[in-house]
Amino acid sequence: MKNQSVTNNIDWISIIIYALLVILGWLNIYSSSLSSMEDTYEKQLIFIVLTIPLIFVVLSVDGKFYEKYASIIFGISLLTLAGLFLFGKTIAGQRCWYAIGSFTIQPSEFAKAATALALAKYLSDTQINLKDVARQWQALAIIILPVLLILPQPDPGSALIYSIFIIVLYREGLPSWYVWTGFVTIFLFVLTLVLEPQYVILIGLAVIIIVHFKSRLADRNIVLSSILFVLISGFVFSVDYVFDNVFKQHHRDRFNILLGKTVDMKGIGYNTNQSEIAIGSGGWFGKGFLEGTQTKGGFVPEQHTDYIFTTVGEEWGFVGSLAVIALFAGLLLRIIYLAERQKTKFSRVYGYCVAGILFMHFFVNIAMVVGIFPTIGVPLPFFSYGGSGLWGFTILLFIFIKMDANKVNEW
Amino acid sequence: MRKVLLPSLIILATSLLVMRIFYLQVVDDTLKLKSENNAIKKKYEYPERGYIYDRKGKLLVANQASYDIMVIPREVKKIDTLEFCQLLNITKEAFIKNIKKATIYSPRLPSVFLSQLNKSEFAAFQEKIRKYEGFYVQKRSLRDYEVAFGANVFGFITQVNEKLVDKNPYYNSGDLIGRQGVEESYEDLLRGIKGVKYIQKDKYNREIGSYKNGKYDTIAVQGEDINLTIDAELQKYGEELMINKRGGIVAIEPSTGEILALVTAPSYDPGILVGRQRSKNYTELYRDSIAKPLYDRGLLAEYPPGSPFKILTGLVALQEGVIDENTTVSCNHGFSYARGRFMRCHCRGGALQLHRGIYESCNSYFATAYMKTINKYAKPAQAVDVWSNHIRSFGLGQFMGYDLPTGKRGKIPDSKTYKRIYPNGGWRSTTIISNSIGQGEVVMTPIQLANMMATVANQGYYYTPHIIKRIEGHTIDKKFTTKHVTTIDKKYFKPIISGLFDVYNMGTASALKVEGIDICGKTGTAENFAKIGGQRVQLKDHSIFVAFAPKDNPKIAIAIMVENGGFGSTIAGPIASLMIEKYLRQKITRLDLEKRILATSLQSQYAKLGGLSEAVKLQLRISDSLLKKKTMIPTAKVKIDSTKEKKQAI
Repeated sequence: MKNQSVTNNIDWISIIIYALLVILGWLNIYSSSLSSMEDTYEKQLIFIVLTIPLIFVVLSVDGKFYEKYASIIFGISLLTLAGLFLFGKTIAGQRCWYAIGSFTIQPSEFAKAATALALAKYLSDTQINLKDVARQWQALAIIILPVLLILPQPDPGSALIYSIFIIVLYREGLPSWYVWTGFVTIFLFVLTLVLEPQYVILIGLAVIIIVHFKSRLADRNIVLSSILFVLISGFVFSVDYVFDNVFKQHHRDRFNILLGKTVDMKGIGYNTNQSEIAIGSGGWFGKGFLEGTQTKGGFVPEQHTDYIFTTVGEEWGFVGSLAVIALFAGLLLRIIYLAERQKTKFSRVYGYCVAGILFMHFFVNIAMVVGIFPTIGVPLPFFSYGGSGLWGFTILLFIFIKMDANKVNEW
Repeated sequence: MRKVLLPSLIILATSLLVMRIFYLQVVDDTLKLKSENNAIKKKYEYPERGYIYDRKGKLLVANQASYDIMVIPREVKKIDTLEFCQLLNITKEAFIKNIKKATIYSPRLPSVFLSQLNKSEFAAFQEKIRKYEGFYVQKRSLRDYEVAFGANVFGFITQVNEKLVDKNPYYNSGDLIGRQGVEESYEDLLRGIKGVKYIQKDKYNREIGSYKNGKYDTIAVQGEDINLTIDAELQKYGEELMINKRGGIVAIEPSTGEILALVTAPSYDPGILVGRQRSKNYTELYRDSIAKPLYDRGLLAEYPPGSPFKILTGLVALQEGVIDENTTVSCNHGFSYARGRFMRCHCRGGALQLHRGIYESCNSYFATAYMKTINKYAKPAQAVDVWSNHIRSFGLGQFMGYDLPTGKRGKIPDSKTYKRIYPNGGWRSTTIISNSIGQGEVVMTPIQLANMMATVANQGYYYTPHIIKRIEGHTIDKKFTTKHVTTIDKKYFKPIISGLFDVYNMGTASALKVEGIDICGKTGTAENFAKIGGQRVQLKDHSIFVAFAPKDNPKIAIAIMVENGGFGSTIAGPIASLMIEKYLRQKITRLDLEKRILATSLQSQYAKLGGLSEAVKLQLRISDSLLKKKTMIPTAKVKIDSTKEKKQAI
């Protein structure tokens, strides 16, 4: 039986949350744009209106299309990323836009969906077993390829998002030590920045010794423990070295401010400080729509893009912030729930990728805005100003909604 | 396990964000405050201060426009510094210093470059101001003194100090406030209430409009005009008479307690504390710790009152019934009140009754009366308390509660005082006999002396002295219209007043009679000492005089104190009689006396105390207020005759 309508079987819960987030996002962009001369809210309204035909197209395409052409889509996406080096337009030091007249488009916003498709396609092959080291490397290669093209733009924020694919691979059978290594690495990295490297190594040594002697005699492996110790020491010192010698000063500053090592309210710490002030001044119920004094004064830089959440915090208070966060968490959990009930591995992996990508954006963005993550340019999905972002996320989400609607046809 | 990781991460991360946001928005309130400082600017609108008039409605203190040159250092372009400095009459060093100071405060916020320029100083600059980018002019309202006297009465306007800013939420750093005089005591009425406008700022500190459409804005309330009880002519005359002398004059209208004149010398022209030289001038006034031009001697200087106190000694003795009009005391140029103790007396001697005792100011008579009063009671402690209560009923030995910001209690001893001095007891009437003639432990201020005379003039009651006559739209404090009745019966005042009247006819002030005015008065002389070069030196006595007039239906009670002026009748007495004549007749008949007093200078006496030489003081323009007027370079006031200009324009 062929579908009569594009709306058949689609998941209305996800769509309603999506619509709410887009509308709330626009209201906040409207509020924050009053302080500037630019008519960002009008442009965003056009972007939003244009998502309707876009959604229609995405839902109209045959469900099989995405699986069939995943590799081609991925290939085109990589080409557009690579093309930036030749034809890209540089804005604020970042070469990640194509300019068509006054209109700019950011291919990295679409590359995430393409990568997700490619990864889903690769893993959906029944031959693939992620216990196989060669398969592991091939899967990682799909993730790393776009990252290598995005990093030099430079756009570390977008590149960072791709790390979530490790979790997707883990869901599909990647050995757990990858994930744990990842977590331990992050933990050691932060610890090294907070403490002196020698203390971190001492702590590492203590942990290894305890684990070594606590484990059963038969499991004790002095060689493995020693290697582990050497690895940790090497990592810690290289972090120290990289931080001091490879990182640029502004990277170091961002970390130092986050860790409270430097206090600087006017210079490099200005963004975070102003955004905390704006959010903090909201109190329980906020100052009311269009009443935010920080928003009106334009104190928070990039407020309509990466710092859009400050408007929520200031004008809608804790209650409003909680509501927005709840909407995001609800959408993410809903997508995971939908992914788990997919009949095909392809659409399950893809759904997982969608949840992961949205989660990374959501968490990294708000964590940065509230001052618990270093300053890094990552937009808040559906909220932040920008056509590429909005359309990229919309396509990402609606491809999955289409797959979910289509699952009945798999039988 | 593999299915749970991502949902767990999502829930964990979400909780983390919620906790952080909860901390920022609900727990930590410092951010809220920061946000207000950040984005909202309060702009104040300062009302004009109320005018000050004298009792007859003569304008004494008004306001004038003044101009502050403001600078925004960042916007200052290359300018012709030489011409700029010439226009404003400043040195290049001062220019550089001021710019530097402003830059340190903030390169992009306006700060005061040069403050309180008057119209003529500003006029020259105004024409060229467009040439100087980064500079602009802010108009302010400052005091404009219509008279060159009364500085101690008015007080002055100054910037509020940081301590008060912390304590009183009305004031902000940099606000102006009245200090001393009526500017201080009626500050709340005179200043009005400033208006507030809330302005939304942006991140560049630019103003981008009113906050919430002015929902919280308030409008400034104009300051109230006030009338003082001061008689401008009398005040001016008093200050003229005190030229080259130090001391105070207080004149009170007995029937109301209104202060007619409050003179302190030396004083200064109130106008010197306005304008560009004000802080320099103030520093000089403040630093002169010997002549103390900022010290209101009429209110603050405590002296042993000397002979005028005999009036009270007599009244208490009459009230206690230990003497009557006919009680006779024999005086042999002094009084041997105990074995080996002798109090000298300048009276003509012989057998005296109360009447002659007063007009000849006989020490023996009042020492006897005082001893009788104290000895009436079994214990001297009890007696002294009775006596002390009588004296205190005249408002002495305590703050009087008048409406000027400074005052002294004076001192009227009681049994506690002597318990402190003689902890082992053993004191008797003879020990404390100096009190009888206003020495010993008795200390009074000139305003207390004047109030004492007002009470005598009223025959037993007084109103708390006050300087406020009328406030537009308000009634004056009830405590100034409440009668205070003394413990002395009215009938006892008659013989005393009669004696005081004959002070002018037959007594110590007989040379000072004013034809046609019945004056009752009393001379006084107070010994004083100073430490000069480590040695205690007796200086010339302070000259004291108290009086009221006319005898029947008194209109003025007055106390004069001239430091180191000698006998009461030589300087203080003449000044009192001239003041009374001036007030009652508005005209002086005894021009020779006036001329002599005006010409009297005690500066050679004061020079012994050290301090600044006259030449230096003249240069610093702090000298007696009216003298200085002639020598000072005009700083603040240049009145532009607007009608003239208009005519020329036509």
